[in-house]
Amino acid sequence: MESIKTTEQFDQIEKKSIQISGAEAVVRCLIEEGVGIIYGYPGGAIMPVYDELYKFQNQLHHVLARHEQGAVHAAQGFARVSGEVGVAIATSGPGATNLVTGIADAMIDSTPILCITGQVGSHLLGSDAFQETDVIGISTPITKWNYQITNADEIPETIAKAFYIARSGRPGPVLIDITKNAQFESLDYEYHKCTAVRSYEPKITIDQESIRSAVSLIDKAKQPLIVFGQGVILGKAEQELKNFVEKSGIPAVWTILGLSAMPTSHPLNMGMVGMHGNYAPNLLTNQCDLLIAIGMRFDDRVTGDLNTYAKQAKIIHLELDPSEVNKNVLVDVVVLGDCKLSLAEITKHIKPNQYLDWINEFKKLYEIEYKKVIVKEFYPKSDGLTMAETVEIINKHSQGDAVIVTDVGQHQMVACRYAKFNRSKSNITSGGLGTMGFALPAAMGAKMGAPDRHVVAIIGDGGFQMTLQELGTIFQTKIGVKIVILNNNFLGMVRQWQQLFFDKRYASTELINPDFVGIAKAYYIKSDKISKREDLDGAVAKMFEYDGPYLLEIVVQQEENVFPMVPSGACVSSVRLE
Amino acid sequence: MSKKITYTISVYSENNVGLLNRISAIFLKRHINIDSFSTSESEIKNVFRFVIVIKLEPERINKISQQIEKQIDVIRVFYHTDKETIFQESALYKLPSEVLFEKRQVQNIIKNSHAKIVTVSKEFFVIEKTGFRHETERLRKELEKFGLLQFVRSGRISVTKERLPISELIEKFRHNIPDNN
Repeated sequence: MESIKTTEQFDQIEKKSIQISGAEAVVRCLIEEGVGIIYGYPGGAIMPVYDELYKFQNQLHHVLARHEQGAVHAAQGFARVSGEVGVAIATSGPGATNLVTGIADAMIDSTPILCITGQVGSHLLGSDAFQETDVIGISTPITKWNYQITNADEIPETIAKAFYIARSGRPGPVLIDITKNAQFESLDYEYHKCTAVRSYEPKITIDQESIRSAVSLIDKAKQPLIVFGQGVILGKAEQELKNFVEKSGIPAVWTILGLSAMPTSHPLNMGMVGMHGNYAPNLLTNQCDLLIAIGMRFDDRVTGDLNTYAKQAKIIHLELDPSEVNKNVLVDVVVLGDCKLSLAEITKHIKPNQYLDWINEFKKLYEIEYKKVIVKEFYPKSDGLTMAETVEIINKHSQGDAVIVTDVGQHQMVACRYAKFNRSKSNITSGGLGTMGFALPAAMGAKMGAPDRHVVAIIGDGGFQMTLQELGTIFQTKIGVKIVILNNNFLGMVRQWQQLFFDKRYASTELINPDFVGIAKAYYIKSDKISKREDLDGAVAKMFEYDGPYLLEIVVQQEENVFPMVPSGACVSSVRLE
Repeated sequence: MSKKITYTISVYSENNVGLLNRISAIFLKRHINIDSFSTSESEIKNVFRFVIVIKLEPERINKISQQIEKQIDVIRVFYHTDKETIFQESALYKLPSEVLFEKRQVQNIIKNSHAKIVTVSKEFFVIEKTGFRHETERLRKELEKFGLLQFVRSGRISVTKERLPISELIEKFRHNIPDNN
């Protein structure tokens, strides 16, 4: 027998379901999911949603980018700094295709973002209508999930599912394409958060046997090495990593996306692995007897030649995504599951230890790197500024508390090698895809995701010009991001390769640049340009002190090279210092 | 890399628009040619089964299956060698009707190959043959000289010798999560 409902219960039922338009439902769903900021660009096929954004502007702040690529990178920056799902919105056709680079970037770097695109009316699908493009087809290989909504009824459930998929398990980008008719149609609106999808199991129960095997290998190791990646940050396992490192006493090194998961000042932090990583981590990868890989995916820029990568070592892989296991490197023990849980379990069972002699090996090699590379970069004999000097001065003023957003190239490698971080989620860079033009818009998103922190975008003169139109967004939205352009009038990294591997044939890498300060000025952004060592400290201090967006152009040496370097496809222990 | 062998990949999935594209994109990304691809409903209501045949090095088959299984709408992926499956293909052969009546050989070929006549009209007749690739191929060669008007062969369909615990997986899911999905 059905029970009789109280008036209050009736009211609640009434409230639960209301008749609204699909467009309004989109906005309400976003608000339900806790979204406060979205980045986008309007256009024909998404106008009904924009009309609702206008009505809901007090609850949901829309940031008007200057290009859809800017919007999606901003959503990525927001997601990376906050751990929340970043949202970007665009119209159909070119609006949607302009998102593609950012979606691919988010896919390879496991960034949770939701992209919403408008689409032509469902009766026009396939007719080559104005601004029609098959965005579902285009985005399929670069999204964790995508879906086309053709009627309004599907909106709440699909958006709920999109958020659940984007943020659960190994995060990633999700794209929802909504036909115009679905935005206009009305529906009985009711919102329930998604908690499960039948065909998708993001949670993996950790096999205790794998924990036991890992513990036994760790306890037996004489020269173990921890390599951690972004999985630690995505899994919110920073504390667990720290506990593990400290109890085990094992030296820890990081991949570029793992940077900031552990404070850089930690005594057991031994630097970065990979093509431009530190000397000791690369060299000792091929000398350790146990390699403990945590939330990293053995990218080719990390491993170099797979046939010679850590062949002497036993390998333990703590990984959430089963498809990453034994993909590039065959491992001895797989601990499948959330590293927050598995690290805690392993830490509980291992014996406390320390490896003083082994750590000394790192220190000795660091000394070599210091003499051959670092000292020259920090204290150059020539007049021209080096990138490393500028990063060091930024460190001095940030005290390791800033969010550093980098673009792609030499400045990125230098910044990641030398930047200091006290807090997690502070290093934001395009790792897997290597997207030039990422930093400026990503820094906007990062600043909005962490408004109380300094956000410094370090960008090369090449990458800056790929998305500099976002200065317009920064000015209009008053985003207090600090922009440092390291200008060497070259596409420096490509030039370096040309110097080393193409007999100095500098094909199309020299840039004749505009007046960057003049550009900033035109966008009403406070700016400065320096090229002398004596001006560096003061100029950076002024930038940090200024309340609001600020662009600082620093002219650096033209033909500086980034070392150490593992040549592409070479063995990690063949790392070069010059 | 070791020698390539033939694998049959069975993909159990939701029936969603675009999933076919998503799965084929995984092969495209890795430059792997698909030998045959067929899809139908499975033994479970609302669950679809793709049967994909590829030639691949043994060390890559697990990786590619994991990549497919990782797709949100995919429930489970299995892969098997030919020895581990029972598989068949179907072929249809369309020929001019006169050869059926005028060439005695044709009737013998049909009889000996255990093929079936599906339809006969004044102008043409259609033969169907289900079996292994070499059987449908042999029949094609034999019929070619009689003026084969059309020939078509289906993708491989297969069942595995081992049990596939799909129903249990779905059942387990229902118990774990009594939600809307």
